[in-house]
Amino acid sequence: MTPSRAPMTAPTAPAGTAREVLDAPHTLLTTMAAPVDPADPRVVEAAADLLATLRRADDRLGVSAPQIGLGWRLLAIDVSSHPRTRSCAGELVLVNPRLTQAARWETAREGCLSVPGLVGEVRRATRITVTGQRPGDGESLTFHTDAFEARCLQHQLDHLDGVLFLDRMPTARAVHRARHPQSPLRHHV
Amino acid sequence: MGLSAVTVLGIDRPGVISEVSGAIAEQGANIQDSTMTLLGDYVVMTLLVSGTLAAEKLRDHCPDLVITTVEMDGLRDPAPSPRAWFRPFARTSPGEADDGVGFVLSVHGADRPGIISAVSGVLACERGTITGMNSRLSGDLYVLIADVRIPGDVDVAALMRRLAAVGAGLGAEITFRPAVPELL
Ligand SMILES: [Zn+2]
Repeated sequence: MTPSRAPMTAPTAPAGTAREVLDAPHTLLTTMAAPVDPADPRVVEAAADLLATLRRADDRLGVSAPQIGLGWRLLAIDVSSHPRTRSCAGELVLVNPRLTQAARWETAREGCLSVPGLVGEVRRATRITVTGQRPGDGESLTFHTDAFEARCLQHQLDHLDGVLFLDRMPTARAVHRARHPQSPLRHHV
Repeated sequence: MGLSAVTVLGIDRPGVISEVSGAIAEQGANIQDSTMTLLGDYVVMTLLVSGTLAAEKLRDHCPDLVITTVEMDGLRDPAPSPRAWFRPFARTSPGEADDGVGFVLSVHGADRPGIISAVSGVLACERGTITGMNSRLSGDLYVLIADVRIPGDVDVAALMRRLAAVGAGLGAEITFRPAVPELL
């Protein structure tokens, strides 16, 4: 976490409702999401719903608006429970996020809430900078992060572009069945 | 509805995957999982297939391949009697060596018979060869990832458009990206 980090959610953030997570195949999961106004009350509500959806199960590390049926550029992550996490912002919700810097690429295995039963090895940057806006007041936020939080953010950013980890398989051998679907170490990002 | 394992062995040549998967789809059977790899100049495929499958038709369709089928339900019997057929290799010279350019093909969408056949058919038209392949069926989601090599003179943009058109026709998402070298 960098000292410049602002609080993740506006103090007035409403309590949200956990929503159903869409499974692939679904059009919203392969469609580019649209930018939104962070001050729009519907966006603020969607941000709260994303957080509520994220909190619903311990193995949920990140979720994007398209996964709950909204084609908007909005994501939420919380990787604080993951063993591969180093820097950690805790709960983070970003509107219209953008990856502005990426470095130190590494390949690691990841899964997706919307692709149950499969995992894949994906090459991602382990040092990144992401900008975005806070839902509600629209304050501009800039995050520098690393390790698993960086991986999770890039995975969610992909969702906003209609890209699944399956589209980033480096080889045919990189997709696997999730061996132990009930394992607490399952990485849903 | 039975489940069968199909193994395919043969000298690698263009069109092997397209023919085998096409012959399976033609019978209305459905490929659940599959894996394909090259061992030397030989192609080795194992497919888990659901539905009714007449192995004779597969062998007639691809006479130069050694194709065996095993009814997986039979494996639960105390004395399994797998039906297997063996044919000698028809030795043909593998295609002229062209290392080509490496790509990774990803296909995902609703499970549809014929996806592998359609996609590998497009690649075969451009003299593309599939050097490794995995497909997975998870719930309603069908996923196919293939390592592909295509000759250096192929119009990649045109090939990608044809793949996208095939994907759209099958309701599947297709990405075709240059392979990242594994040795850095
Ligand atoms: Zn995901």
